[in-house]
Amino acid sequence: MKRQSRRDFLKLVGATGAGLVAAGAATCQAHEGMRINNEELGMLYDATKCVGCKACMSACKRVNSDYGSLSYEKAKFDTDGLWDAPSDLSGSTRTLIKLFKESPKSWSYVKYSCMHCQKPSCVSVCPVTAMTKEPVTGIVDYNKNTCIGCRYCQVACPYNIPKFQWEKALPQIVKCDLCKNTNLREKGISACAEVCPAGAIKFGKRKDLLNEAQIRLKDNPDKYIAHIYGEHEGGGTNHLYLASMPFNKLGLPDIKPEAPAEFSEKIQHTIYKGFIAPVALYSTLCFIAVKNMKGNEGKGGKHEHKKEDK
Amino acid sequence: MGHSEDYQKLEGKIFTKSFFILLAVVLVGFFFVGVRFVKGIGAVSNMSDGYPWGIWITYDVATGTAIACGGYAVAILVYIRNRMQYHPLIRSAILTSMFGYGLAGFSVMVDLGRPWNAYNFFIPSKWQANSAMFEVALCVMAYTTVLIIEFIPAILTSIENSKWTRMNAIRNWLHPRIAPDQKTMTDTLELVRLGAGWLKPRLNKVLIFFIVLGITLPTMHQSSLGSLLLIASTKLHPLWHTGFLPLLFLINCIFIGYSIAILESLISCYSFGRPYEVEELSGLASLVPYVTIIWLCVLIGDLVHRGQLGAAVNGDFYSRFFLADFLLVAVGSLILFSKKMRRSPRWLFVSASMIVLGGALYRFNVYLIGFNPGKGWHYFPSFGEVMVTFGIVALEILAYKVFVALFPVLPNAAGHGAPKHVRAKVAQSERNPDFNGTLTPLKAAIKTQN
Repeated sequence: MKRQSRRDFLKLVGATGAGLVAAGAATCQAHEGMRINNEELGMLYDATKCVGCKACMSACKRVNSDYGSLSYEKAKFDTDGLWDAPSDLSGSTRTLIKLFKESPKSWSYVKYSCMHCQKPSCVSVCPVTAMTKEPVTGIVDYNKNTCIGCRYCQVACPYNIPKFQWEKALPQIVKCDLCKNTNLREKGISACAEVCPAGAIKFGKRKDLLNEAQIRLKDNPDKYIAHIYGEHEGGGTNHLYLASMPFNKLGLPDIKPEAPAEFSEKIQHTIYKGFIAPVALYSTLCFIAVKNMKGNEGKGGKHEHKKEDK
Repeated sequence: MGHSEDYQKLEGKIFTKSFFILLAVVLVGFFFVGVRFVKGIGAVSNMSDGYPWGIWITYDVATGTAIACGGYAVAILVYIRNRMQYHPLIRSAILTSMFGYGLAGFSVMVDLGRPWNAYNFFIPSKWQANSAMFEVALCVMAYTTVLIIEFIPAILTSIENSKWTRMNAIRNWLHPRIAPDQKTMTDTLELVRLGAGWLKPRLNKVLIFFIVLGITLPTMHQSSLGSLLLIASTKLHPLWHTGFLPLLFLINCIFIGYSIAILESLISCYSFGRPYEVEELSGLASLVPYVTIIWLCVLIGDLVHRGQLGAAVNGDFYSRFFLADFLLVAVGSLILFSKKMRRSPRWLFVSASMIVLGGALYRFNVYLIGFNPGKGWHYFPSFGEVMVTFGIVALEILAYKVFVALFPVLPNAAGHGAPKHVRAKVAQSERNPDFNGTLTPLKAAIKTQN
């Protein structure tokens, strides 16, 4: 009895496993070849043009502070609160200019803000659809009325862009949404790109930005590292970078062309395709358990009659 | 399921010294929970935008639920592998699972930034099937419910057999003016008893389907706990970032589950002064090495496949933690291969502890130690953060102690009639002469057998 049930068990496990593999092979094919949509909106940041004036940072807060629950960050020495002095992206700062200085001659500014990925990890992992990617504009947006605050988006984002308001009792996630509800709606351009006095931030469709970047690389090959950061990184981003220094030195990580979300979703879909595997597992186990139970009742009849304890 | 005679209540006082020590820890923990809700998560914890998940997720959820997998592992053994001799262990295993999962859910609510939005998990238009977190959340909620249903028979048995002495004592203690009428109360309680008597056989009939659900759900969400970190391909160290994470987490929770069932039984027998269940435990222990060997093979095979074996042994920070978890599990399992060691409660305790520690360290490695969000980020839990976790663990132990006294959970010491067994238990209990509650029936049993 015992031996037979074990053999059955192994057989059924084998069958379920084979089914899983077959389903896996099917999904792998379906996922091959992610398309890049070059019609989406984005920005091209040219670090060689940036003068580090931080006008973009201040415009971002001026325009978005009410909408994004942003506040100004005081420097330690600044008792009057006249200077906004964020040292990093945070729960009240959506965009930031940093200076990377290797030597007096070799230095570069760099701007951080949401990369608006073609296949965003944060959207892929958000359990309640609080992170969304707009189908037409490609803007990766956040809805605080849905967000549960699990911070999985922070774990998932390879660029460490979503920020959490750690000091608030009622916190939210803060990240750039290309001024979707503010400047973009009113003026058709993001606030940072609008105010940049040096022309370091170009706003537009991804295809135009890529064209422009390629022209700049061609015209001044000595000035730039011959690479458009974001063209292929992590499945492609809508925020593109040109710079004179290696990008990983500027805090932009080396990322493979495959989107991390493609990898994880492939595995998750393989396991849960059509919810077949869990249902198969449940019914198989039910079958075995009920059979085992019947067997035990048959032979253990007298067991039932034992006096019940206490 | 019709095996109520396998279990008994623990005789003895509830309000012992350890009860109040645990209560103190719980209160300190809950003080910090209060601070977190008033002043924000940053006021209590050292979590940051680089390390958005601290020990509340790593320990309470990712590791705590694995440690609470005793119910899952023993249920597989009893109902799927058809080893009914382990049935007496299952109820206490389910009880600890119930608390483990319930409190993991509680600490998630502490950890969530916007818990009032958690209702979105029940709104289909908000569902996001790509998210491993979504799958984990739904499964854990469903599994906690299933565990409660699985435990209901114990409560029903208790209600059926209760003489309501405590209830009556409270009534008598109350001022006559506010105390309910004696007759009304007796009638109501009788009704409750009848209801319990009506429900019990009906529940028993369908219980097997819940039990099987209680095996399916952990299989799903324990593997998904591994899937959670699949997305962090640039942050998780290559020693741990692999497509096999879901499988490794699943096997990991099974051997942690068996080992914790062994530990739990040893510790509760020791602290409640009951005889050790050596027979069942050594049988259970003989299974563990096979599970761990499968796990170690997958672990090493995957490293070889991805060409990361060098990183595992090069002696740096990550490799040391990797080797620590590997060796704890491997050495703990080696001990259990020896039949003699398996029959010694001391060695059982040592090896099971090593395996649980190693398995738990693996989960810490994946969630925290091997997680590196980039330059400039550091994380070490703050005092408040640790106290919240301690408070939750203390609450778990506290609730366990209260429940085993109120409901028939622990294996019945007099239930199995094998003479060798009984004699061993009497010999054991004579070493603890102060504990006579369960002994009297045992001694009587011996006498009649002789």
